[in-house]
Amino acid sequence: MLDAILVMSGLALFLGSVLGYASIRFHVQGNALVEKIDAILPQTQCAQCGFPGCRPYAEAIAEGRADINQCPPGGEANIHKLADLLGVEFKPLNAEHGEPKPKSLAFIDESTCIGCTLCIQACPVDAISGAPKQMHTIIASECTGCELCVAPCPVDCISMVPVAENISNWKWKRPSYLEQDAA
Amino acid sequence: MESYLLILVGTVFVNNIVLVKILGLCPFMGVSKKLEAAIGMGAATTFVLTLGSGSSYLISKYLLGPDLSYLTTISFIVVIAGIVQFTEMVVKKVSPVLYQVLGIYLPLITTNCAVLGIPLLNLQQNHNFIQSLLFGMGGAIGFSMVLILFAGIRERLEAADIPAPFRGSSIAMVTAGLMSMAFMGFSGLVK
Repeated sequence: MLDAILVMSGLALFLGSVLGYASIRFHVQGNALVEKIDAILPQTQCAQCGFPGCRPYAEAIAEGRADINQCPPGGEANIHKLADLLGVEFKPLNAEHGEPKPKSLAFIDESTCIGCTLCIQACPVDAISGAPKQMHTIIASECTGCELCVAPCPVDCISMVPVAENISNWKWKRPSYLEQDAA
Repeated sequence: MESYLLILVGTVFVNNIVLVKILGLCPFMGVSKKLEAAIGMGAATTFVLTLGSGSSYLISKYLLGPDLSYLTTISFIVVIAGIVQFTEMVVKKVSPVLYQVLGIYLPLITTNCAVLGIPLLNLQQNHNFIQSLLFGMGGAIGFSMVLILFAGIRERLEAADIPAPFRGSSIAMVTAGLMSMAFMGFSGLVK
């Protein structure tokens, strides 16, 4: 009986120490704060904050190079979350990075599209399918509504269509919104 | 020397761990949708199985002995779990992409019955240390080979025109059965 206990505890102790050493030896560098900030950001990759995408913006916030109020798609709700996470004061959205808009999706007027592929190259999330000289179309489930495809289109056939609020996408508003509306 | 070769060939083809012994079906079905994932899973399992069968042999021979043989299963499980954890750390460090691709299946190697089955079969068949290692490696190579073949077939099945009731897992099961029958052709090659 005692043998069994000794053998099993010895085995566990040995494996534990090996794993403990390995976790130090093979430690993966990763900034947990960047991950958390990146998780809050809306992942539209729209670059309105002045950084190439959400991840670089998250890194910039973590390093103190950027303010928390530069993300229009996230709106005030996201700024509140970032302020809570980082323990800083809430500030209103910085207007020079754009205004928050209702969530919308890009829509390609397929009769006007000439198949130039410029919008496909502009799309940060590969939400446009099509080929040269073939009509393009938006994959609605992938589109983040970042508007980056609107400007490159030479025939202006892309428009932003707001998404109507319905049962499947309706969300509770943050309480702070309600307070501001009341005031 | 010849006996070692026979063990290797025997475990890879004749007594293939998946298709003949029907062990380790969870990753066989789960990680065979994409070829790259199958190759990564095969490599990780090969590493774990070879190391696991070697260390299980040492534990049952020198640590447990005949007196404590009732601890065989539990100590094997502990050792395998430790090795899998170690592999997970190494994979995370060396190849984050592979780590993402394997996802939940990497820790699930612990519960892969092939990984526990091979050390127990080693014990049953009284293999020595080298034989145990080869048996583990052969079993793992057989597992990887079948997994990669199966993943290749499944990638083609995606594009094939399969009757609606057979789509998805059912055609995969049928395919696995046909592969298993094909591997029966090897029986008798090595005793």
